[in-house]
Amino acid sequence: MGMTMTQKILAAHAGLESVSAGQLIEADLDLVLANDVTAPVAIHEMEKFNKKEVFDKDKVALVMDHFTPNKDIKSAEHCKCVREFSKDYDITNFFDVGAMGIEHALLPEKGLIVAGETCIGADSHTCTYGALGAFSTGVGSTDMAAGMVTGKAWFKVPSAIKFNIVGEKAKWVSGKDVILHIIGMIGVDGALYRSMEFVGEGIKNLTMDDRFTIANMAIEAGAKNGIFPVDELTEEYMNEHSTKAYKKFEADADAEYDEEYTIDLSTLKPTVAFPHLPENTKTIDEVGDIKIDQVVIGSCTNGRISDMRIAAEIMKGKHAADGVRVIVIPGTQDVYLQMIAEGLTETFIKAGAIVSTPTCGPCLGGHMGVMAAGEKAVSTTNRNFVGRMGHVDSEVYLASPAVAAASAITGKISCPCELGL
Amino acid sequence: MRAKGTVHKYGDNVDTDVIIPARYLNSSDPAELAKNCMEDIDKDFVNRVKPGDIMVANKNFGCGSSREHAPIAIKASGISCVIAETFARIFYRNAINIGLPIIECPEAAKAIEANDEVEIDFDSGMIYDLTKGLEFKGQAFPPFMQEIIKSGGLIARINSKN
Repeated sequence: MGMTMTQKILAAHAGLESVSAGQLIEADLDLVLANDVTAPVAIHEMEKFNKKEVFDKDKVALVMDHFTPNKDIKSAEHCKCVREFSKDYDITNFFDVGAMGIEHALLPEKGLIVAGETCIGADSHTCTYGALGAFSTGVGSTDMAAGMVTGKAWFKVPSAIKFNIVGEKAKWVSGKDVILHIIGMIGVDGALYRSMEFVGEGIKNLTMDDRFTIANMAIEAGAKNGIFPVDELTEEYMNEHSTKAYKKFEADADAEYDEEYTIDLSTLKPTVAFPHLPENTKTIDEVGDIKIDQVVIGSCTNGRISDMRIAAEIMKGKHAADGVRVIVIPGTQDVYLQMIAEGLTETFIKAGAIVSTPTCGPCLGGHMGVMAAGEKAVSTTNRNFVGRMGHVDSEVYLASPAVAAASAITGKISCPCELGL
Repeated sequence: MRAKGTVHKYGDNVDTDVIIPARYLNSSDPAELAKNCMEDIDKDFVNRVKPGDIMVANKNFGCGSSREHAPIAIKASGISCVIAETFARIFYRNAINIGLPIIECPEAAKAIEANDEVEIDFDSGMIYDLTKGLEFKGQAFPPFMQEIIKSGGLIARINSKN
């Protein structure tokens, strides 16, 4: 029986000819990741190991992105703990304030992960790197600690759902709309324990940033990973950002899938997920009149340069509606610099937005945009759970950068087409 | 090994943000995390919960963020076992790794109600609802995971092999 793309990568890293769904394996890891929230727990767990060393100081990445620049004393203590650990263990890829970006925007940009590799991260959105044709998945701090020491992790080999992508997107439709549409269709546990494998001729019409966004939110359908085939666009991206050797894996022609769906990009519309689950989706023409208090443009889902370009294109020469607070957060320092070079930062500030240093901050209600009771936000982030961005009685509507930017101008959830664009 | 206690019942898709909100993630101390466990969907949980109590929920329990603080907070609050129709995969791994017993059993998850007295026999996987006089067979862990649990968690298992 044939193997899926994910199964082939796992087999190669477990030293096996083949694997099948449900099999328990131990696989070698090419990258082990944690952030300032999850690393301190992992470091504490590491003290319990007989062997107190990391398997490869070049294959551990520690990114201080969640509560940084530190929001309070406790967060500062956490970062201090990770900083000292990184020094003691000579960790090559420690990213502190000044160098850090939002981890899942940063690591591909730094070329630390490429096609055919395996990665675990103590952050659920680690599945982002499937966009590059890698197997990557989120774990907890104990798994991360074990991976950091042994260079291995155990996995139950997943079965897969196949998404056959066809057609071309309409204007103002992006990767965010594709993944929100899919989550709306299959539900927040629609891919539980399984891989989401994206294939088909329509893939060429998705930019790398679209693919990062789609793979990033595979976890919001419960998936173990989301993965894209490697094409010219992927190779171009990796050659630009990395010196690592990559390996292309393809699913076998006779690979078995639990389910198959066809996604015709040309039929999709800008899509919004209503509170309090990412599966509560409506297309933009169905949303009705929803006034907002805050707009967040950024995060590991939508903090890349193309996201910033789309938002700035819509906001250029206009001003945010009265009473709407607009928070723009570039994913990395390189994105920030590029925004300055292209004049996007000026566009946002003149439109009444603030432009922050990279941070996960508001996405998880940490800092930089926590909401009060009764407030509503349109956000390009990935979760709209109860209390996610602040008070339990606040509401988050998930959308693309285009919808978020248009909403900032009108003061209610809007399509850019309402602005005559 | 057995557990027995009063049930705290929840619905579908209980996410790790409501199990322990991010505003408390500036701490990783189990006792401190336990003080705010479940507060965004059940303010009174921390006052009601007694050592040994059992949490029962429907599908996709523990979805969302990978924060291990979530099973840590549940365990530190005194909960002896979580029964659900299904668990989100990262929560499932985390619970095994830190030694919080969990059981997937759709039938039990649907039938058991809040405040029922429930007893669990972990060796046989049997779940007894003493209030309703019902019994259910939970899904047994594969041997590999049983080995992790018997070793006392993932790290203890790795140590025992090195």
